[in-house]
Parts: sequence; structure tokens; C-alpha cells
Amino acid sequence: MLDVIWLVPALPLAGFLLILLFGRRLGEPKSGILAASMVGGAFLVTVGAFFDLLSKSTEERHHVETVFSWMPIGSLKVDLAFLADPLSITMALFVTGIGTLIHLYAIGYMHGDPKFSKFFLYLNLFVFSMLMLVLGENLLVTFLGWEGVGTCSYFLISFWHTRESAATAGKKAFVTNRVGDWGVMMGMFLAFGAAGTLSYEGINHAAESGAISGVTATAIALMLFVGACGKSAQLPLYVWLPDAMEGPTPVSALIHAATMVTAGVFLMTRVNPVLAVAYDWAPTIIAIVGVATALFAATIAVAQNDIKKVLAYSTVSQLGFMFLAVGSGAYIAAIFHMVTHAFFKALLFLGSGSVIHGMHHEQDMRKMGALRVLMPITAFTFIIGWLAIAGVPPFAGFWSKDEILLYAFAKSPILYAVGMLTALLTAYYMTRQVIMVFFGEARWNDHSEEHGAHGDFKPHESPAIMLLPLVVLAGLSVVGGALQLPFTKDLHFLEKWLEPVVEFGEADIHESWAYQNKYVLLGVAVIVALAGIAASIAVYAKKKLPAVEPALLANGWQYDSSIARFMGGPGRRAFEGVAWADRTIVDGAVNGVGQVVGATGQIARRAQTGAVRAYAAAIGLAVVGLLVWFFLRGVVL
Amino acid sequence: MSLLATASPTSTWYLLLAAVLFGIGAVGVLVRRNPLVMFMCIELMLNAVNLSFVALAKRLGDIGGQTTVFFVMVVAAAEVVVGLGIIVSIMRKRPGATADDITALKG
Amino acid sequence: MELVVFVLAAAMVLVGALGVILRSNPVHAALSLVLTLFGIAVMFVAQEAHFLAAVQVIVYAGAIVVLFLFVIMLLGVDRSEDIRIEPFKVQRPLAAIVGLGVIGLVAASIVASRDAIGGGSGSLDTPTSTGNGDSNIRQIAESVFGDYVVAFEVTSILLVVAVVGTVMLTRRVKSGKDKS
Repeated sequence: MLDVIWLVPALPLAGFLLILLFGRRLGEPKSGILAASMVGGAFLVTVGAFFDLLSKSTEERHHVETVFSWMPIGSLKVDLAFLADPLSITMALFVTGIGTLIHLYAIGYMHGDPKFSKFFLYLNLFVFSMLMLVLGENLLVTFLGWEGVGTCSYFLISFWHTRESAATAGKKAFVTNRVGDWGVMMGMFLAFGAAGTLSYEGINHAAESGAISGVTATAIALMLFVGACGKSAQLPLYVWLPDAMEGPTPVSALIHAATMVTAGVFLMTRVNPVLAVAYDWAPTIIAIVGVATALFAATIAVAQNDIKKVLAYSTVSQLGFMFLAVGSGAYIAAIFHMVTHAFFKALLFLGSGSVIHGMHHEQDMRKMGALRVLMPITAFTFIIGWLAIAGVPPFAGFWSKDEILLYAFAKSPILYAVGMLTALLTAYYMTRQVIMVFFGEARWNDHSEEHGAHGDFKPHESPAIMLLPLVVLAGLSVVGGALQLPFTKDLHFLEKWLEPVVEFGEADIHESWAYQNKYVLLGVAVIVALAGIAASIAVYAKKKLPAVEPALLANGWQYDSSIARFMGGPGRRAFEGVAWADRTIVDGAVNGVGQVVGATGQIARRAQTGAVRAYAAAIGLAVVGLLVWFFLRGVVL
Repeated sequence: MSLLATASPTSTWYLLLAAVLFGIGAVGVLVRRNPLVMFMCIELMLNAVNLSFVALAKRLGDIGGQTTVFFVMVVAAAEVVVGLGIIVSIMRKRPGATADDITALKG
Repeated sequence: MELVVFVLAAAMVLVGALGVILRSNPVHAALSLVLTLFGIAVMFVAQEAHFLAAVQVIVYAGAIVVLFLFVIMLLGVDRSEDIRIEPFKVQRPLAAIVGLGVIGLVAASIVASRDAIGGGSGSLDTPTSTGNGDSNIRQIAESVFGDYVVAFEVTSILLVVAVVGTVMLTRRVKSGKDKS
């Protein structure tokens, strides 16, 4: 199966092309089923590749499949090649697996939408791009996928483009991503300059053997991190992710929870030898940005009322955790959290989509309540997702979050403290969400007229095709922690699997205080999670304490409006200054040259008198001049 | 006087004379306005060149100089024929024109 | 004896030349040109170029100057131009510079290099050296029809072309038909 690893991105690409040509004819639901089966097929091939890799010994788990030589230009040799190693197969597995589930879900969710086929067209294109990203053998194939997912994100966010807010959100996502893309490009140029190649093997090998200097490695790592900040929504480029909730919920689940936003973490993990060779303050910056983003987003999530916005800020926060792990040298923990987060965040988003669908597209949580009676399966699976993200054992999120915090403590207790505070807030706002949506009094009766409802408005459970993925993901959220349990070395499946990829960059914390006392920290984590849940219940369920939801947090610390004010005011003046310079100086220089030529021509024109004798005189003078020269050369000198 | 009578002209004298004749011809071309007279001055210049060729042929003992003069004369004849033909055609259109009146190339 | 011949011939040449450029009447200028050409022919004889002297008189003085006079008569340009006026103010000073420059520099070069140009490889056949009266003609003939026969043929073509061309140029077309 490893030989045909190219099938993995090829199948969604085929789906894209088929729907492009025949989508309108296929219609609903055939185009959806086609798309889902393509991604499902890719998943099966990936599973086959996984077992193939498993059958090899640890050192041999590194298979490169070259499709064709893409750019042989002098010393730059870039192939369109796929790399099947533990990291890329892990990523491909959950991208295709969760992708298939979400495709199935979307068949139900997008029912009745006039642009049904187009949705699956973009979804397949997205899966193709994402698979190029993770399976790429070199930075350029990854970048191809990187740009592809950005473009598809734009298409899908502004899917209902007739709505102004959706169109604006799409543009915002694209532009912010572009700023990050600049970082990736600079990183690529520097990497090529330092290592002479763009392939991961070449770059990592160069880093491990010391061929890349500390300065260059730091520059490469930080530039790639800028790209990761854009794609994975960290400070200061996170602003597009909350707005991206304008897209349909399957999009939010697939792209903005499980797959695209993890691309940044994946990229940093791929080049972990470079990060290891860089100066020590580079990973520290990454960790600080990660944990700051985590806390920042968590505070905002506390005050949001839109069911999807809470989850969006939650995603930003959890991604912050992953970067905290990367910065602390805990790549395996980062990947672990990425996988578990994919499970429970997709579950939460799909669940919220189910709620929205059942509430006839109402998204304000203040108008929901007591839905667990009317939507039992949705509620049940959502509660499992809630427990996972809040960090309650034995659900998946607890184990992965704890692993990260362990490494964070080993790096610096301050990072640990901030991370713990964020975990507390996570438990708090997620509990708030669950209570507001599924428990309490039913508040949807008061607003039934606004929905154009016919008589009695009653929220209903979603169809089976939407509930199936919820159940599957809930199951995975329960057992997902088994990938890497901290109790004994034998249970560290993920670590053993990923070790060949990250062994150079992985931090060794066996000697640290944190590792010796990991069960203490485990207990602290449990207590913090339960405390957060209890506090939230006290505020929102029992109404014993007042709710703290200041407007500042609801507005996202005024971050968006500050950017808008800056860009509209001083920013605009700067841009107009640059435009003026271009018009006057650059264009003026170019036009000026033309004018000088014309003026010179007018002056030179006066020599053309048309009188033969004047020309003869000129010839005569030239002859005399020549004679002088020859005379001086031959006779005098 | 006796010294002068016994001095014989060397080829250098002929060359110098040719130079002077050439200069006079050049001045004539620049100063005269009548096209026919300008042409005659060009003939003066050609004759100066012929003279210098013959003088050098004598000095170097090479008959090639005289052959060259032969060909120069032939070509000069052809040139005069064509040149006068052109002058005739122009003068027919504008009788009494001088070299200064023909300014069609003025830019 | 040669000196006297040289001085007389030089006087003819220079007087004729100055006459060409200074006489306002073109017919007078043409006759001055004849004087110059005769002077040049005398100098050719003095340099043992007998054939060329004959050709000079026959072709230059006999044909070319006659042609000039024919054209003058044909076109009636014998009206003198006023040589005292000069429309381009700068022309005369420039002409003076050109003339003096050319004469001075070439003369200086000639004088400076008079020893550098050595005696050549061959020798000119003269009647005194061979005892044959037509040795110059013979030598020129051998040169023209031997080394330079291609040039000779080409110049004959040139003459034909010139004649045909000039006839075409000066054709008087019948009025009414627009032919150039």
C-alpha cells in the first residue's frame, strides 16, 4: 500500500474533478456520497499504508514515493514526492478519517441547500490540499497544500457569500493567512540557502549534523512559526478564526477544528531538528506565544453567546496549548493533543451544528435551553465532548493536556501556572455552554415567532446520517487517551510510534522535578478541572454567584476594532503615502526619462537644417578633427 | 638663384602642392552656392588626390599608383555624368536655385 | 630645368584653383578649372606618367569640363551668384578653419614622414631606363589588364550604368503623362 500512497491525495482530487464536471447533474445527494466515498477510500488506503509501515522496523519507517520531478533547476531539485513516515501517516489518518465522518454529516446538514454540489466540490479540494500538506516530502509540496487549504478555507467560509458578513469573513481569513504565508516563504528561502535543498530529509539532516548555524536555524524556525501563527490562529494573527464561523458548521468542524488549523503545529514538528539547533530563546518565544494565546482566547470564550464562537475561541486556546508543547520540546504531546483535540472538537462542532439544525438555524445560546430532552443523542455526545475538553479523566483530553503541562512545568513553572489557569477557564466556559444549551429552562418558546415557525416551534433531533459521526467521535473521545497513558513505558504507544521523527528535538525531562512527581501534577489537573466545572455550575445552574461577562471580553479585548482603527487611520495614511510615492517618484522617474529624451530630441533637431552646406561644413570639421587626432597619434606621440 | 636652379623638386613638393590644392577645393565646396561651381571644386579635390598618387608612385616605384589614378579618372567621369544629370533634373523644376534653396531634409 | 617646370606648373594649378573658387561667373570658373587641369597634366609628365597626362587632358579637360559648359549653357546658370553675401554667417569662418586645418595638418604630416616612406620594391619603367618610348603605357597596361582586370571590368559596367541612369534621370517627359 505504501507504493500507492499517491492515491491518498489523488482520490479526493478525482472527487473534486468529477464533481466539477458532473456536479450539477449528480445533484443531491449523489455528489455528497461521491465526495464522502472518495475521502473514505483515501482513509482505507491510509490504513493500509499504516499497517505497511507498522510491519517495518523502526529505522525503516521512512518511505518516499516520487511521482515526478517537479523543478530540476540547477542546484534546486524539487520533486513532487510523498513521504510516508509515522508523523505524516498519523496526520493523514485523522484527516481522512474525520474527513469522511464530516462528509457524511454534511450530506444531512446541507440538505436543501441550492449549492449542495459546490459545497462538496470545495470540501474535496480541501481534503486534497490538506493531504498534500501532510504527505509532502519537501517544503514546496507542503506549501502547495498550505496555500490550497487557505484558498479552500476562503471558498468555504464565504460559501453563503450573499451574506455580507460571510464574504467579509472569507476575505479576512485569506488576508490574515497571507501574512503568515510570507513567513513560510521566508523560511523556505532561508532553509534552501542553508541546506541547499527543500526536502525535509535534507533540511533535518543538515540541522542534525550541525551544517546550519544557530542564527540561520533561529531565523528559519521563527519565520515558519510566523506562518504557523497565521494558519493556526495564534496571537497576533488569530482574528480570522472567530469570524470564520460564518461558514457552514461542517466547515468549522473540519477545517477550523480538526485539520487546517493543525497545519502550523505539524510544520513545526516536521522541522523539529531545526528548532532544536536554534537559540534557546526561540522555542521559549513559541511557548510563550502559545500559552498567552491560550489564556487570551479562553478569557474571551467566557463571554460569548454564539454557540460556535465559544467553540472557535476554544479552538484558538487549545491550539495555544499545542504550541506550548512545541515550545517546551514536547512534540509527541503536541501531536497527542492534536489528535484528541481533533476528536472532541469535531464532535463539539458537529454537535453544535446538530443543535443549530434542530433549532432551525438559531445560534444564540441565550435562546436555547433544556434541549437534552428533545435532542437526546446530540446532548449525550456533546456531554462526552465537554468532559473530554474540560480535562476530566478518563476521557481523551485529560491525558493529552496533562502531558503538555508536564513538559511545560519542566521548562518553567510559570508556563505551567498560566496553562493551569487556562485549563480552569476551559472547564468553566465549556460547562457554561453545556448548561446554557442543554439544561436550565427552555427559552426558545419566547422567540418562536422570529423563526417564521408554523404554530408550535419545537426543536427536533437530527437525522441519522448526522448522528452517526457524532457517535463515532464520541467513542473516540472516550478511548483516545489510550494512545499515550503516562503510567508505564509500555503504554506509550504514540511515543514509540513517533520517536524516529522527533527524537532529535524531543526534550528529555526524565530528570526533572515534574517527571518525578507526575502523579502529583496529575491530581492537581483533576482538581482544577472539577473546580472549574463546579464554579460554572454555581454561576449558571444554581445561580448562586453572579455571572462575570464583561463587555471587554465579549468584544475580544477590542482587538479587532483596534486593528480596524489603526488600519483605517494611520495605516491608511501610510498606504496613501506609499501610493503617492509610487505615482510621483517612480512613475515620475519613468515618465521623466521619456520627457528628457523628447526635450533632448527637440534640441538636437536644430542641427537638421536641411542646408547642404551646413552638412558639408560639419563633415569638414569632423575631417579636421580626425586629422588632428591621427596627427597627434602618429607624429607627435 | 643658382642654388635654386640646381635644386630639383622631390616628391614631397608635389605632395605639398596636392595638399594645398585639396584645401582650396574643400574651401570652395563650403563657400560657393552655385551647384555647378561646387562640383568643380570637388573635381579640384579629386585632382589633388590624383597628383599625390602619382607622386607616391614615382617615389615608391610602384605602377599601382598610376593604375589607381586611371581608375579614379574613370569613376570621376561617371560621377560627373550622374551628378550633372541630377543637377539638371533639379534645376529644371526650380530654375535659378542654389544649394541653399534645397532644404527638403529639414527636420 | 625641372624646377622651372615645377614652378610654372604649380603656378598654373594654384591660379586656376583660386579662380575656380573666387570667380562669380560659372563660365569663368570652368575655364579656371581647365587651367588647373592643364597644370596637373604637366606635373604628370614631369613625374614620368605620360599616359595619365594624356588621359587627363583628353578625359578631364576635354570631356568633363566641356560637359560642365554644356550644362551651364543648357540651364542658363551663367548668371553670377553674388559672392559677397553669405547667408550663413558662420560658414566662412568655418571654411577657413577647415581649409587651414586640412592644409596645415596634411602638410605637417607629409613633412614629418618624408623619411619614413622609403623607396619601394619595384621601379617605374621610363623611356630613359628602358629605351622604349611607350614603356609607361606598357607598364600601365600590364597592371590594368593583369592585376586589376576585375576592377577594369567593373568600372566598365559602372560607366554603362551611369550613362543609362543619367539618360533616365534627365528624360523630358511629355506634359500630361505623370512619369517620374
